[in-house]
Amino acid sequence: MGTTLAEKLWASHLVRKGEDGAPDLIYIDLHMCHEVTSPQAFEGLRLAGRPVRRPDLTIATEDHNTPTLDIDLPIADETSRKQVNKLRENAEEFGIRIHSLGDADQGIVHVVGPQLGLTMPGMTVVCGDSHTSTHGAFGSLAFGIGTSEVEHVLATQTLPLKPFKTMAINVNGTLPKGSTAKDIILAIIAKIGTGGGQGYVLEYRGEAIRALSMEARMTICNMSIEAGARAGMIAPDETTFEYVKGRPHAPEGEDWDAAVEYWRTLTTDDDAVFDTEVDLDASDLEPFITWGTNPGQGLPLSANVPDPEDFADEADREAAANALEYMGLTPGTPLRDIHVDTVFLGSCTNGRIEDLRAAAEILKGRTKAEGVRLLVVPGSARVRLQAEAEGLDRVFKDFGAEWRNAGCSMCLGMNPDQLRPQERSASTSNRNFEGRQGKGGRTHLVSPLVAAATAVRGTLSSPDDLVDAPAALA
Amino acid sequence: MEKFTTHTGVAVPLRRSNVDTDQIIPAVYLKRITRTGFEDALFAAWRGDDDFILNRPEYQNGSVLVAGPDFGTGSSREHAVWALKDYGFKVVIASRFADIFRGNSGKQGLLAAVVSQENVELLWKLLDAEPGKQITVSLEDRTVTCGELTVPFEIDDYVRWRLMEGLDDIGLTLQHEEDITAFEATRDAWRPQTLPAKTLPKVEIEAARPVA
Repeated sequence: MGTTLAEKLWASHLVRKGEDGAPDLIYIDLHMCHEVTSPQAFEGLRLAGRPVRRPDLTIATEDHNTPTLDIDLPIADETSRKQVNKLRENAEEFGIRIHSLGDADQGIVHVVGPQLGLTMPGMTVVCGDSHTSTHGAFGSLAFGIGTSEVEHVLATQTLPLKPFKTMAINVNGTLPKGSTAKDIILAIIAKIGTGGGQGYVLEYRGEAIRALSMEARMTICNMSIEAGARAGMIAPDETTFEYVKGRPHAPEGEDWDAAVEYWRTLTTDDDAVFDTEVDLDASDLEPFITWGTNPGQGLPLSANVPDPEDFADEADREAAANALEYMGLTPGTPLRDIHVDTVFLGSCTNGRIEDLRAAAEILKGRTKAEGVRLLVVPGSARVRLQAEAEGLDRVFKDFGAEWRNAGCSMCLGMNPDQLRPQERSASTSNRNFEGRQGKGGRTHLVSPLVAAATAVRGTLSSPDDLVDAPAALA
Repeated sequence: MEKFTTHTGVAVPLRRSNVDTDQIIPAVYLKRITRTGFEDALFAAWRGDDDFILNRPEYQNGSVLVAGPDFGTGSSREHAVWALKDYGFKVVIASRFADIFRGNSGKQGLLAAVVSQENVELLWKLLDAEPGKQITVSLEDRTVTCGELTVPFEIDDYVRWRLMEGLDDIGLTLQHEEDITAFEATRDAWRPQTLPAKTLPKVEIEAARPVA
């Protein structure tokens, strides 16, 4: 019997097979750090007198706590400033490469790794951040870890792990115009639930996935964790190789040839068996949005706010009732009639150049709905520079958007970019938990296209809803 | 890490599913650089509500949380485990845990005990009937006992062994340092190194300003 991609990656990183129920020891190729989940890990090393085993396989960037305005001034919030300073001190003390606020290579850790060419097929990648699953888009085994594990990787460059189960997610058909990778992943999560992927590594397969760009694939893998999965991956192909080639850390010459030769072997064998398989037809997939307070509470945009009474399962019914109360929504309301106060375009899910281009295409020559705030936050400083080189910043500013510096921004309530209580957002980020974007804030997760159309109309909308729709989609 | 064999304490029935890490500890509390002192942050948003279960006097000394399915979903923040521990919880019982949360618990000596939803419901009923009731969790026997009721729980054998011995993972791994060094000698030349750093040419980044 053949093996799956996940199993191949596991085998190629096995340092030591666990005996008597002990976990396997797995080697880690790349460890990324940020300011929030690392200080206690470095402190642990210091207390134990341990060095970082492989500073040359480690990189740090500042993203969660950092402001997206006035980045040349000291960080106003004292505890944030302290935490960021601590990361800088730790990087200095332990000899770790860091891209600090203001540096051209600063940005969200999951945007920075791929952009530098540090993320490649066939690797193991970890970071103290659950959205590390993003890097699985390259055909790597990439997953988020807790602070104890951060310390473990710093000290040993390995992790003790039990093998994951494997799940194939077959996305067939051709994605209709106006629907995106974000809609695919929101539909998958709605289908299998926020716990559906627990214990699994997901492998996204099928023609709809093959047709996606690298950045779109990253959007999909990014939200694997929202289905409860530790990791998500997509087998590498020409699209992947093309994306990696020429990046600062991409292999060159003979190394490149050897790498590509190996990367071509990174597929699930035809006769391999997954522990579970799930199918999704992309060909009639509408833009998808969330109405509740977990990412599984999503529906096509043409639907109405559901009635909790219609849920068969008691826990689902209660969860829906709680969610609607928090979200301030009434069953039966068409989702398209929901007014938003703020639109957030950014995050490690949808803060890459293609996301900004897609949104700018819709916004160009249009005007912002009255009373709506649009925040555009590039995922990295390089994405910002690229957007400016293409004139996208002008489109955003002319539309009335705020054009910010790079960071996690409004995806999570840790920096100055937050929703006020009861403020409602259409957000291209990844979590709609209670208070995620600020205490009392109400989040609808959407694609960049829906975000842009919503900023034009002021209510949750797709580009098809715009009066001059065809041009928007050209 | 302290050894864990058995624990008896006040059980708190938290009748909610999908208690995510943003509910356990909102992001605003993650800016601290210490490893302790997170007790004030636990369920911070809910604790403002007088009716929230932890605000009720019977549950003042709660140390066993009995929660709904999919506890600990969301981010990888280990702070969620620290906050539960700092508050005084030794055990969380649920029918399903998010993977990362469960892993983090094991590393920190918080017991994440998987009990079937049917049995969680039975525990909830008993606890509701007698608020402040103590229950006993035996890691040795893998059982939860509440009055006359004893139900089994599941936990990974290895995690159980580590908790019972109070062992530190890094120390265990470093016993195999030779294997790590041997593995490193076999790594392919194409695998990237972060040092020396390579980047596109450095450019000045303009600071965005607040709009008027």
